[in-house]
Amino acid sequence: MESQPDPRLPGSSTPGPQTAAAESQRPETNGGPAGPKVVEPPPGAPPPQPAADERVRSLSTFHRVMGRPESASIAGAILVFVVFALTAGDSGMFALDGVINWSVVSAYLGIVATGACLLMIAGEFDLSLGSMIGFTGMMAAIPPLFFGWPVWLSMLLALACALFIGWVNGTLVVKTGLPSFIVTLGFLFILRGLTLALSIIFANRTIVSGIGDLAAQDPVVRFLFSGTFANELFTWAGKHGWIATLDDGRPLVRGMPKVILWWAFIAIAASYRLTHTRFGNWIFAVGGDANAAKNVGVPVRRVKVSLFMFTALCAWLFAMLQVCDVGSAAADRGLQKEFEAIIAAVIGGTLLTGGYGSVVGATFGALIFGVVQIGITYTNVNSDWFRVFLGGMLLVAVLFNNQVRKRVTEAR
Amino acid sequence: MAPNPNSEFILELEKVSKYFGSVIALRDVTVRLRRGEVHCLLGDNGAGKSTLIKILAGCHRPTEGTFKVDGEPVALNSPCDALDRGIATVYQDLALVPLMSVARNFFMGREPTRRVGGVFRLFDRARASEIACDKLADMGIKVRDPQQAVGTMSGGERQCLAIARAIHFGARVLILDEPTAALGVRQSANVLRIINRAREKGISVIFITHNVHHAYPVGDSFTLLNRGRSMGTFRKTEIARDQVLDMMAGGLEMQKLMAEFGVRV
Repeated sequence: MESQPDPRLPGSSTPGPQTAAAESQRPETNGGPAGPKVVEPPPGAPPPQPAADERVRSLSTFHRVMGRPESASIAGAILVFVVFALTAGDSGMFALDGVINWSVVSAYLGIVATGACLLMIAGEFDLSLGSMIGFTGMMAAIPPLFFGWPVWLSMLLALACALFIGWVNGTLVVKTGLPSFIVTLGFLFILRGLTLALSIIFANRTIVSGIGDLAAQDPVVRFLFSGTFANELFTWAGKHGWIATLDDGRPLVRGMPKVILWWAFIAIAASYRLTHTRFGNWIFAVGGDANAAKNVGVPVRRVKVSLFMFTALCAWLFAMLQVCDVGSAAADRGLQKEFEAIIAAVIGGTLLTGGYGSVVGATFGALIFGVVQIGITYTNVNSDWFRVFLGGMLLVAVLFNNQVRKRVTEAR
Repeated sequence: MAPNPNSEFILELEKVSKYFGSVIALRDVTVRLRRGEVHCLLGDNGAGKSTLIKILAGCHRPTEGTFKVDGEPVALNSPCDALDRGIATVYQDLALVPLMSVARNFFMGREPTRRVGGVFRLFDRARASEIACDKLADMGIKVRDPQQAVGTMSGGERQCLAIARAIHFGARVLILDEPTAALGVRQSANVLRIINRAREKGISVIFITHNVHHAYPVGDSFTLLNRGRSMGTFRKTEIARDQVLDMMAGGLEMQKLMAEFGVRV
């Protein structure tokens, strides 16, 4: 047993945890023999204290970059780009129309991956996300076609339904304490079944078409979801011969698809919310240790339920954009999107167990997904290999994330 | 609540009993916490320490007896009531999230915000990091980097972080539930130093432990619990460490055990 601690003794003067880093941060060690180890001697730095800080920072910058959840997915995205630039660089994949092709695929996935990512950081899954896409798409398409509703109203109704189902999902999970995996698996089947059944009842078929024209006539809906934006810019660039044009002088790509704008908006807003607000801190806390979070006054239930609702909102947005783009709603829309969204989030460094991750990572995960899925068609490789690649990528990402988690939680 | 300087004691439990059905968890226990002292509650497992903490923390209400804060009887209905009166409890699980940074943990649930453009209220991360570092430095803990994950800290450092957090959020009375239970000798010494720091800041501390060797160096007075009853409160001047040890149920047991093994006591 130690002797009675001297009250005048500052706690820091005894070696605390016996790690090298803890030892070396003590100013007296820095001033002396450890001096030469300083990578960049601070110019004109006053006493040893700031010098110690300086050194700690220069050491941890590399560590911090490596430890960030999104760094692996950014590296992966760069790698994927390099590989496709080498194998399909002259195939038109990186011409404007090619870029738009894979950007659109990434953007659709990116929207739902953002929702899935936040929910995963909070420690929950939503497997009903894909079925929600089919369901809300059908909900938006049937009333205008069969009851003459304005499209904006049916879309609003679909949104209300999505938020309500998200709320039910979340409330069931937080009230019962059941795993969200099983609760939302239930809704995966309920919603998919409902979509099929309703489309058969009202339309007597599983694809309801004709909604695209109605949507294009609705000024609000057209403004929000249909077609492209920045068309003038593209026309102008086409006139100057900077981008490919058709024979009549119009640009080959008429404008930027709105889904890309939505993706950027959702991702930036969610990322900002996660890292820069109180609510974001609560998301991390809830996913990291719900009990600890509750004990310090974080409204755990409210955080989880609102994230289930946000995920449902993302699915709704996906469906609305898709309905306007494709011009129809179908009962099999969004099939397996829940898994793709989770894969994008995991590739982006989000832990399956929650408490760690980033929207930026999920964004790059979605980008990798889109680039590979579309890019593979530009190469000689059979596109069946896409899924093999995807599964492999997922495994690599999970193994990597596991290492990151170990480093963060177990290093002493 | 403004402290009432007229009362010598900041917390008083007068003849408190707590029954759970037919189980007598506590009977006629009296504990008085002086301002600015470290009061150790000693007792073996099952002595009623946890029940006592929960009464002090506002989780339970005593079945009989009175609970006074600043000399005035109070009825605490929830842990929030206790917190409002400046009574903060640091439980064994510490309520820290290993994956989150020091600064984020420090302000978890009580994040400082700043307004941007009059509309957005943002989590003021710079200020959070600064305050967290300052407050930990106050307690003699140097944080390498406020962005480092709590998971990379040692058990002792985590305990200190939880204590520093409680003090920062207005604790006048700090209730520490077995803070040294899972720690090694050096780590425990650090935590004892932190307790001493807290006392120097004028904070009253209730230190729950079953380890006399941890309690004796830092404590000003000692209350011994055994099987739901108090065996009395002693000032440090009145009692020696071995006497405390003997009075605890464990002390007697150890003596018996040593006799059994043929060790001369």
